[in-house]
Amino acid sequence: MAYRSRLAHICSSSAGRLGCLQRSGNTDALSSFRRLYSWWSSVQPAPRDPILGVTSAYLADTHPSKVNVGVGAYRNDEGKPVVLQCVREAERRIAGRELMEYLPMGGSAKFCELAVGLAYGEDAQALKDKRVASVQALSGTGAVRLFAEFIKRFQPESSAYLPVPTWSNHHNIFRDANVNQNTYRYYLASTRGLDFEGLKEDLKAAPNRSVILLHACAHNPTGVDPTPDQWKEISKLMKEKEHFPIFDMAYQGFASGDTQRDNQAIRIFLEDGHQLACAQSFAKSMGLYGQRIGCLSVVCADAAEAAAVKSQLEFIARPMYSSPPLHGSLIVTTILSDAALKELWYKEVKDMADRIIGMRTDLKKNLEDLGSKHNWEHITKQIGMFCYSGLTPEQVDRMTQEFHVYMTRNGRISMAGVTSGNVKYLANAINEVTKV
Amino acid sequence: MWLQEGKPYVLKVVREAEQRLIRDGSRNKEYLSITGIPAFNKLSAKLILGEDSPAIHEKRVCTAQCLSGTGSLRVGAEFLAKHYPQKVIYIPTPTWGNHPKVFTLGGLQVKSYRYYDPKTRGLDYEGLLDDLRAAPSDAVVLLHACAHNPTGVDPTREQWEGIRQIIRSKNMLPFFDSAYQGFASGSLDEDAHAVRLFAADGGECLIAQSYAKNMGLYGERVGALSIVCASESVATRVDSQLKLVIRPMYSNPPIHGAAIVATVLGDRGLYQEWTVELKAMADRIIRMRHLLYEALRARGTPGNWEHIIKQIGMFTFTGLTKEQVNFMTKEYHVYMTSDGRISMAGLSSRTVPHLANAIHAAVTKRV
Repeated sequence: MAYRSRLAHICSSSAGRLGCLQRSGNTDALSSFRRLYSWWSSVQPAPRDPILGVTSAYLADTHPSKVNVGVGAYRNDEGKPVVLQCVREAERRIAGRELMEYLPMGGSAKFCELAVGLAYGEDAQALKDKRVASVQALSGTGAVRLFAEFIKRFQPESSAYLPVPTWSNHHNIFRDANVNQNTYRYYLASTRGLDFEGLKEDLKAAPNRSVILLHACAHNPTGVDPTPDQWKEISKLMKEKEHFPIFDMAYQGFASGDTQRDNQAIRIFLEDGHQLACAQSFAKSMGLYGQRIGCLSVVCADAAEAAAVKSQLEFIARPMYSSPPLHGSLIVTTILSDAALKELWYKEVKDMADRIIGMRTDLKKNLEDLGSKHNWEHITKQIGMFCYSGLTPEQVDRMTQEFHVYMTRNGRISMAGVTSGNVKYLANAINEVTKV
Repeated sequence: MWLQEGKPYVLKVVREAEQRLIRDGSRNKEYLSITGIPAFNKLSAKLILGEDSPAIHEKRVCTAQCLSGTGSLRVGAEFLAKHYPQKVIYIPTPTWGNHPKVFTLGGLQVKSYRYYDPKTRGLDYEGLLDDLRAAPSDAVVLLHACAHNPTGVDPTREQWEGIRQIIRSKNMLPFFDSAYQGFASGSLDEDAHAVRLFAADGGECLIAQSYAKNMGLYGERVGALSIVCASESVATRVDSQLKLVIRPMYSNPPIHGAAIVATVLGDRGLYQEWTVELKAMADRIIRMRHLLYEALRARGTPGNWEHIIKQIGMFTFTGLTKEQVNFMTKEYHVYMTSDGRISMAGLSSRTVPHLANAIHAAVTKRV
């Protein structure tokens, strides 16, 4: 399509010339012109998020037997997402009443109080002493990010140590907060269990006063947790090294079905006198994924210090998003402050945990029934939402390409996506790709 | 009397949208994608850029749902710090108190350009142009789309065109903060004029939208960052990079508020009702401005108070000094920020006389 050259040669400034090209209607010339003058010509396409990208790929697949065991979001036995009854009831009570006012920068104080009571146990001495600083955060991600920024500001000399492996986004968070990060051994492939000796060696070797990220329960992605005795040893070792523990707790209640069993590690550390931090998420345990509701708490020396720390955390939140969203905090507060709703929640979270434990048993049994020569014990030994299957990236690719089973390439299977309807199909797919 | 922030007013359409969402048993609380609800993003881009925006038709706009205005600004700042060659942003003097931190912590260097002229209580247009002329080419320029916060002073249409020409001729990148669309003049299109003026010339820009005020969704943190790009392929790449900024910040945005907005914007009846409610809110504020102005004139308060009716939006930069403000707080229990800014939204016909008395006293007592 020829354009009116009379106009094109007159205009001189880039803005003017662009206007001329627009008027001329020559879309090809317009396109190349724009590419030349775009601010973003050097912007490369970013890699897809290894976890969230799985679900988009799954959604795009039209195969009737497709299975999504990628992202860690709970599904019922029909494979459908679940909104808990206690949540629906809480929402009914809230609707029409909230004024939608801004929360303070640190979020709802009532929510924080209830959240930390749940995390540390109602009878925790630190709570009674009022020396826990807490702020409402954007679920687990937001809580860890606030913590990372806080460390950067107030303990810039300390490096963060993350377990190998860990949730992939942990690395992104500490990197974007400009905190120096290292790793410590955690998962032992040969046993598909905890590399306890390696863990202890690495924590001993780390410089004193390092920041250690610990998964409070239901380690993501491996499902491998230390035993209570192992936790006690880790706690003592960390005390000797003066390391700072930051617990990422995204599955309280979801792992064993018992909220006060799942926070055991934290209670052990508190008893040993650690000053620790906890990044809590209500995404899975209350099914509030999209509401982005979590809490970052930091145990301090005394009430005055806690007040100072809280104010600094708020100071970090303000230029990030001003204040956290209201709705999720109202739901959690309503549930946790009503005895009957709280009981209902306990029951519902136990049901979810039990269904997953049941699926673990079924998956293992199906693999054995198919005559698989491999050892699948880890499926039932591991705990929480995920199973670290041991599948290699190539085997995972076959799972997706040949069987339309979507999972992350590290071999992590979200057991929450397994149902009585698809467990046989899944077992068959795993058996096929792992056949010797 | 609390004049620091207006008390939130919950819109009827919002309540209606909320009810529809609650009643809809098919809805769940799953994670949104990193950039949020697609329908919300499309509707937001349309709202600010206009139904017939060529940029939208040519698929050159990428939009991400973010945490209100603050979140949109912060994500935009971090994106620029990562990908834009000239990491400096020029912000007006004065501006919203949180702007400098948002950009600094986002990784940009912050500089300023003249904006408010205390002598005229209006725009220092020549100062603004001079400062932009003197700024380095390619710099990012923060522009308040309408109802400048805190002064309420907006450029005229002619002045916007002058600003656009300088910015485009120096290849600068405009970053719009749009927190009051519809709330300022009562007309969504009118309040989007400046943004659309820039988008129409084919150049690139960033736009941070907030639904805190115009939908009264303050606490739900609903907003959108749109980046108008030169071509569709650029927009696709930019969208993928935005995700890398957001994921380590909070993974994905909160559902509730955005679902309400999408419901309102996507339903013709609710949208209509919304425009009516918006106009009523804007008109009420304009009426308060006139009431206050008349009240001061009636009292013969010395000075020129025309700026009260010339300025636009939620705030008025009265020109009162820190000492006068202190006096008003002590003697008349009037609470306002020490820079003399009052929130007109906090006024009612019942309370205007008291405020007028307080101002009159502060000014005549030569505090």
